Amino acid sequence: MIVETGHYALVLAFALSLVQGIVPLWGALINDRSLMAVGAPSALAQFAFTALSFGALTYAYIVSDFSLINVIENSHSQKPLIYKISGVWGNHEGSMLLWVLILSLFGALVALRAKRMPDDLAATVLAVQSWVSAAFLLFILLTSNPFARAALAPMEGRDLNPILQDPGLAIHPPLLYLGYVGLSITFSFAAAALINGRIDAQWARWVRPWTLIAWMFLTLGIAMGSYWAYYTLGWGGFWFWDPVENASLMPWMAATALLHSALVMEKRDALKVWTIFLAILAFSLSLLGTFLVRSGVLTSVHSFASDPQRGVFILMILVFFIGGSLALFALRAQALKPGGLFAPVSREGALVLNNLLLTISCATVLVGTLYPLALEALTEEKISVGPPFFNLTVGLVFLPLFVIMPFGQMLAWKRGDLLGAAQRLTFAFGVALVGGVLFAAIHGEPALAAACAGLAVFAIVGAFVDIFGRITGGGFAPAAFLRRAIGLPLSAWGTTLAHAGIGVSLLGIAATGWGVERVVSMRAGDVAELGPYSVQLQGVHERAGPNYSETVAIMTVRSAGVVIGTMNPSRKFYGARRMTTTDAGLMTINLGQVHIVVPEQSPDGSIDVRMYWKPYVALIWLGALVMFLGGGISLADRRLRIGVARRAKPKASGAAPQPAE
Amino acid sequence: MRLLRSLALLLALAFPAASHAVQPDEILKDPALETRARALSAGLRCLVCQNQSIDDSNAPLARDLRLVVRERLQAGDDDAGVMRYVVARYGDFVLLKPPVNASTLLLWSSPGVLFALGLGWLLMSARRRRTLAQTPPLSEAERRELDKALSERA
Repeated sequence: MIVETGHYALVLAFALSLVQGIVPLWGALINDRSLMAVGAPSALAQFAFTALSFGALTYAYIVSDFSLINVIENSHSQKPLIYKISGVWGNHEGSMLLWVLILSLFGALVALRAKRMPDDLAATVLAVQSWVSAAFLLFILLTSNPFARAALAPMEGRDLNPILQDPGLAIHPPLLYLGYVGLSITFSFAAAALINGRIDAQWARWVRPWTLIAWMFLTLGIAMGSYWAYYTLGWGGFWFWDPVENASLMPWMAATALLHSALVMEKRDALKVWTIFLAILAFSLSLLGTFLVRSGVLTSVHSFASDPQRGVFILMILVFFIGGSLALFALRAQALKPGGLFAPVSREGALVLNNLLLTISCATVLVGTLYPLALEALTEEKISVGPPFFNLTVGLVFLPLFVIMPFGQMLAWKRGDLLGAAQRLTFAFGVALVGGVLFAAIHGEPALAAACAGLAVFAIVGAFVDIFGRITGGGFAPAAFLRRAIGLPLSAWGTTLAHAGIGVSLLGIAATGWGVERVVSMRAGDVAELGPYSVQLQGVHERAGPNYSETVAIMTVRSAGVVIGTMNPSRKFYGARRMTTTDAGLMTINLGQVHIVVPEQSPDGSIDVRMYWKPYVALIWLGALVMFLGGGISLADRRLRIGVARRAKPKASGAAPQPAE
Repeated sequence: MRLLRSLALLLALAFPAASHAVQPDEILKDPALETRARALSAGLRCLVCQNQSIDDSNAPLARDLRLVVRERLQAGDDDAGVMRYVVARYGDFVLLKPPVNASTLLLWSSPGVLFALGLGWLLMSARRRRTLAQTPPLSEAERRELDKALSERA
């Protein structure tokens, strides 16, 4: 009964999405308030019904309802509760349901803020958002129904793919989707602006917080996925340039560019056409990613949905939304007048360069990902485009951003002083130089690692120079420093942290060049040297888990003869699917990690061991956390919070370009 | 999205006897040769996997290819010679970094071409903006009107 309720709720959500997609938009076109007002409540109801549907599926998983095909194929009664829940989105149907849940969540959030927006803008945004919902709800109902019943209910399920039974992967998809799907809001805003024909600095003010939220979660989601791959897949890499990964990286790059161009649009009323284009592009790349992953077009073993019916359906969604929005864009963009003027050397100029490099990085990833497909389709010729290609090309385009970043923060709007900025950055440059030389002296080859580390130090120190100057600007007065530090706008702190964060990540990535790897065969008692540490195998034990059995190796790590810890890398065997996974042993020492995998046990009792010492590797993901934090602090800035400024200064609202009611 | 990577493992684990990436018994005694072998392996695709180098893959075919690379190195081939040997047998598909030729020209040139286009567009719009910014000087009639308006206010 609960399952049928969930299914029915999904159908109701689809019906509501049609209402929400048509009525408010019609109201906006004929300027009828009562029709426009339908948008917000129907968005809230749509979210409620989608959530109910999602809750019903989750319930079916928790109680192991093996009359559902979806539950049979992805769950097991002995599975720990957390993986019963994460199993909901660990498959095609459930993850699409999560997709529309988050889509309607963002719709509901906009609906809650609708009172602070002009009526027609809110109505149009909610309508466009609902078209996307309607398309994907229909997709689920027609091709990917998670509520399909099995003719005969088996006693036991086939278990969730063991590789997905991991805390990291339990939270990775929701985080990533919050980012991925969050970009739908900026898309809806862009389409609404084009439909209403009102594209101005105020629009950028509405859009920027939503972009920031999506960007924050995208950053965190990508980092989480990267860390998961690092400790689960067993070969210690953190990024593989897999099409599935690229699918999430491209929207991230576009969203990062959008954040910066929306800033120019908000402050200077310039780059309007470009910002609208980026808003469309960012979500289009999310849709493209969904298509690539869900359709199986990559013929990638990673895409488990290889049903062509689904592929064609998503392709139609893709063509409709991308084509439609671009057509609208082409129709309306002509009418936009260029806004504020600026010299090439200025804050705007730096942000334009940022946008140029970010979009080219994004395009390079796109071309590299799709090129083999296109070439094979056109000429039957098969080529591979792998990590060596992406590292070289994307690296060359992306790395200059770290040089530009501190300069951008230093330059004034309209007309900047490059020489002055360079002088203020002398200190950062000096620290970077010393840092790079020190890294090279301590860790040695490769030179590229030291150079990148130096660049990272420049970006980190450079990120703080502006804030440091603003705090100490009035001469030496420690009491005033604290006051000024508190008095600085939060967005200044946010920018600084986000910029420093990506510098921190680069430092971690650069340091992978100094990693040490050992592949050895060990017996109990054997010792292996691993960079500055020595690792001893104490013994191997068998252990039973809830739905698996486990072979655990006990390893002691010593530094200069002193024991600093014990590690327990293991191999897990999942009986239901007869599959084995490896759980890496990880020990974090001074931001570096010892990473041990035990892939194989020989009949003679020895085990194969893969060991890595990766100095500073934790910085890669810590940097992402710092970026997330920076985004959050920016978001807390009251100037960014829509409506707050208006409530604080009610008299000023009359002068605003778009009065609230 | 990353959870889809799981199928790589599914495939790999479909071979129960599969080894896991580089095994201890494969490693060459000469560390210099082994380093070269590892570097070469990282650029060669495991043909039965998707987007995995033979250095990372646990498929038996990847192991065979790793052994071939090491054999050629021990036979005295230089790096380019080993690559030629492998490409001659498996084609360009085996190279994770595609060679520059007629069919990959577009791929390799795209970042540069896009950069040039972007830069050109920026220069053009900057020039357009500059011409927009230059307001023509006031005509004689306009000046008289302005003077009149100003004197009236004063």
